[in-house]
This record gives sequence, C-alpha cells and structure tokens, in this order.
Amino acid sequence: MSLSLDEVRKIAHLARLSVQEEDLQGYARNLSDILDLVQQMEGVDTQGVTPMAHPLDASQRLRADEPTETDQRDHFQGNAPAVESGLYLVPKVIE
Amino acid sequence: MEWETVIGLEIHAQLSTRSKIFSGASTAYGAEPNTQACAVDLGLPGVLPVLNEKAVAMAVKLGLAIDAEITPRSVFARKNYFYPDLPKGYQISQYELPVVGRGHLEIELEDGETKTIGVTRAHLEEDAGKSLHEDFHGMTGIDLNRAGTPLLEIVSEPDMRSPREAVAYMKKMHSLVRYLGICDGNMQEGSFRCDANVSVRRRGTEKFGTRTEIKNLNSFRFLEKAIEFEVERQIDVLEGGGAVVQETRLFDPDKGETRSMRSKEEANDYRYFPDPDLLPLDIDSTFIEQIRAELPELPDEKKNRFKTHYGLSAYDAATLTTSREMADYFEAVVEQADAGQAKMAANWVMGELSGALNREGREIGDSPVSAQALGGLLARIQDNTISGKIAKEVFEAMWAGEGDADTVIEAKGLKQITDTGAIEQVIDQVIADNPKQLEQYRSGKDKLFGFFVGQVMKQTGGKANPAQVNELLKKKL
Repeated sequence: MSLSLDEVRKIAHLARLSVQEEDLQGYARNLSDILDLVQQMEGVDTQGVTPMAHPLDASQRLRADEPTETDQRDHFQGNAPAVESGLYLVPKVIE
Repeated sequence: MEWETVIGLEIHAQLSTRSKIFSGASTAYGAEPNTQACAVDLGLPGVLPVLNEKAVAMAVKLGLAIDAEITPRSVFARKNYFYPDLPKGYQISQYELPVVGRGHLEIELEDGETKTIGVTRAHLEEDAGKSLHEDFHGMTGIDLNRAGTPLLEIVSEPDMRSPREAVAYMKKMHSLVRYLGICDGNMQEGSFRCDANVSVRRRGTEKFGTRTEIKNLNSFRFLEKAIEFEVERQIDVLEGGGAVVQETRLFDPDKGETRSMRSKEEANDYRYFPDPDLLPLDIDSTFIEQIRAELPELPDEKKNRFKTHYGLSAYDAATLTTSREMADYFEAVVEQADAGQAKMAANWVMGELSGALNREGREIGDSPVSAQALGGLLARIQDNTISGKIAKEVFEAMWAGEGDADTVIEAKGLKQITDTGAIEQVIDQVIADNPKQLEQYRSGKDKLFGFFVGQVMKQTGGKANPAQVNELLKKKL
C-alpha cells in the first residue's frame, strides 16, 4: 500500500504539521511501510476477539461530582502570549 | 414532483452537574472568563482526566427513560480537530461504543396520532470553550469556562418527515431531560441545542437524498424555520437539475436562511481513536438498578395517568404534562378544589393561567397566583358562590395581588345571587320593562329567551346564578 504525496500533505495538514516539500517522499515511504505492516496484521483471524480499548485490563475510576478546583487564572495566563479582560487572545479565526 | 423530507436530529443536552465531566472545575454559568478553567480543561501537559460519576448516572437515566440498551463497557475516544476554543486539539467523546445504545421516544402529532422516533445512541462528551470574535486588536478572545462541561449528545434515527415532527421530537426530548432533572433545558444559555440533518427524496423512493447538517439551533422556532428553508432550498437545487452538496450549514435567524459554513477542503476527518488517558467505562446492573429506582414518573406515564385518573382528553393530558412544573401545579389545583373538577382545573390552567403567564413572559413556577389560590377560586365556582364568568374577574384581581378568592369576592361584592326571591324580583321587573319582547316571545319567537337572560344578568351585574335564572325565567314567561 502506498500513500500519494497529496495524501501525505493532507495528513500533515490535519495534524497542523509543516512538512518541507523535499521531505514528502521520505514521509510517504515511511508511512506506507507502516500501512504495509498493518495490512500484514490484517491477515490474522480476529473473529470473536473484542477490540482492545486500553492495554490495562482495568475500568475507569469515577470521581464524585464536586467542584474542587480554585481559580488559578492569573497563574495560567502568566504563560499565555496575549491576554485581555481575562480572555486568552489568539490569531483571528474567522474573517 | 412530490418530495419527501427526511430529518434526523443530534441534540446536545448540557448535563446539570456541579463540576466538569473530567475535572473538578465548577460549571456555574456566568462566571468571569477563564476563572473556571483548570489545568485539565486547558489541556496542560501531564494532566489526566477523571470521569464524573454524576454525568454517567445522568446518561444512564436518559437511557432508561427512552428504553435503551445501556452499554456495559463503553469507551471514550478522541475526536481530533483544531480550533482555538479546544485547547487539547481533540474533544473527548465516545465513538464506537457509546454509553447509551438504541432506544426510542414517542411524539404526539397535531392530529392526535402518535409516532415513534428511533434514538440511535447517546454518548457522553465534553463541550468546547467559547470564541469571542469582537475586535481585540484583530485577534480572537477565548473563554474556556465552558470547556469540559458535560454534554450528552442524543442522536436520532432519520425518522422525522416534516419540520413539525422535528419540533415535536425536540420538545419531547426537552421535556424529558427536564423531568429527569439531568439538564436545565435553558436554550438561551445553550444548555439544550441541536443540529439537524436534512435531506429530501422523491416520494416513494427508498434511497435517502444527500443531506446537509444545520448546526447549533437553539430554539424550537429556529429549528422549524431552518428546516423549512433548507427543504425549499434543496428542492430548488434538485428541480433546477443540480445536486445537493453534503456540507455543514448555519441558520441566520435574522434573514431566515441557511448558508454554507465550512469549505470542502476542511471536510470532517476526525481520526477518532480510543483515548489512552481513560479506561473503559464499566456499568454494572447494580448501578443501573439503583438509577432505575430513582426515575421519576415520566411524561408519558403521567399523561396516561391524567387520562385515566382525571378523565382528561388526550390533548389536555399531553399539554398539562409537557413540563413537570405544570403537571404538579395542575394536581395541586385539583387537590385544593375538588377531584371531580379536574376538567375545569385543566381548562383554567391551560386557559386563564397560561394566557396570563404568556402575556407577562413568566414561568409557572413564579406565577403570582399559586395553585392553592387557584384551587380556592375553583372551589367557589363549584359551591355556587360565583359563576365561571365572574371567576375570571376574580382571577384578574388575584393576579394583580388583591388577595385570595374569598377576599376579592368579599371586597368587590361579587357573591352570586342565589336567593330565589331576589332573582324573581329582577325577572318581574325585566318582564314589565319589555312588553314588546314578551309579546313576541309568547307568539313563538323562542330566540328571545336569550334576550331575557341577558337583561336579568345585566340588572344583577352578572351575579345572578345562571341556572336559577334560566329555570325561573322559563316559569315566568
């Protein structure tokens, strides 16, 4: 199975990764190799096997519905590049 | 060409937990921006989500109410997309194994018929934050207080065939989540909203047409208008020889139209996979039975009881049980008045009371006339102290805060005249004053009976007991 360069570009875009044109071939080859491995695994008979949701054989612990967090806005926003009126500022997302 | 509309709804109900679905941050509405967004909600490195038990219980509650299968082992998945109000770059949701499986909900149509709408599934997920696009020096402001608020997404089958049916379904689900106490149903605040999947096909064909998805409808009226517009638009496209494009659209309430929202190159590709931060959610039968025991009387059960116990019509029973508050109010009125007066109580609650509430945009919970007070008023009709007509006058005075029924009747001198002698006196006077009409009546003009009744009522300021007036007039004429 081999991925086209366009497919690699699309995958990179979905993950918001910037990939150099000259690296595309290499990524296409590596990703295709992974898919080949998956294809090989698809040959195994998995009828009656429940797909594994998690490698640990345990179940989700639940917490009581109680607000336990305190306001740490100033602390968190100290890390942000731009804030105003308590909001995080980001580059405009709609025109 | 005859077209058939096909509609499926995805309803997002915000669960009324006190804390978020995966963190201990508060969910209180209206807080200062980002004061309720903790490290987990912000998606800071090294944090782990821990599931809120109440959110799970609420999802199960809905599942039981719509007679659905509860998935014994459900799985949380990451839905990957980039948007600034989603700091992690993925939304934690459920994909292949949602907590609630297939169920169904019955809706009432206008002709009194009922229809069963299939519910495909309901899954737990977290809400995203809010983007504020006002001008912050050309930037967008992000408030993450809402990020991580628990949502239950309830997905229907494409079983609805008209905008009206879609509205009936959404209203029924709205009523249900409020009965269950799992969602406050506040549509203005966005606690209850839906996306509508709409397509059209030629009547008689099996295959569905290409659908569009209208996002974020937060009122019943918008849902109806948006679907109506979208159906027209799709029919126009098809009849013009074109093809409907599968896309996401937004409804503009001001213009009453839908418009395309996302461009094709951003076509949804969410690359779901099981979230390694969360273990599978196991729900055992003990937990389920515990929740089943907590279920309140559901709208349909209540409706049926109102029909059999109070002898109400299907319409009255359905209207009164739309909300738990209204149903409780009605029952309190009946209790105060008289069990035999259920029909009258229903008429008053759906008529005078609802009318007055609507006029002032009030909820039944803050009605100036309590159920006890209204019951007291109806008791005075029942024991012939006042007539139904005078009762409306008394009700208005009670609404205006002039006291309970007895106080108003006393203060305004509205007590019904039931003294036969007094009524006879008025009748004699009326007959004496209208010799011409008397002549005509006696010569066979029966319709004039009403005239005499009217005159007597007028003379007594509407206070004479109508039944007695009729009876005595018949005798005298």
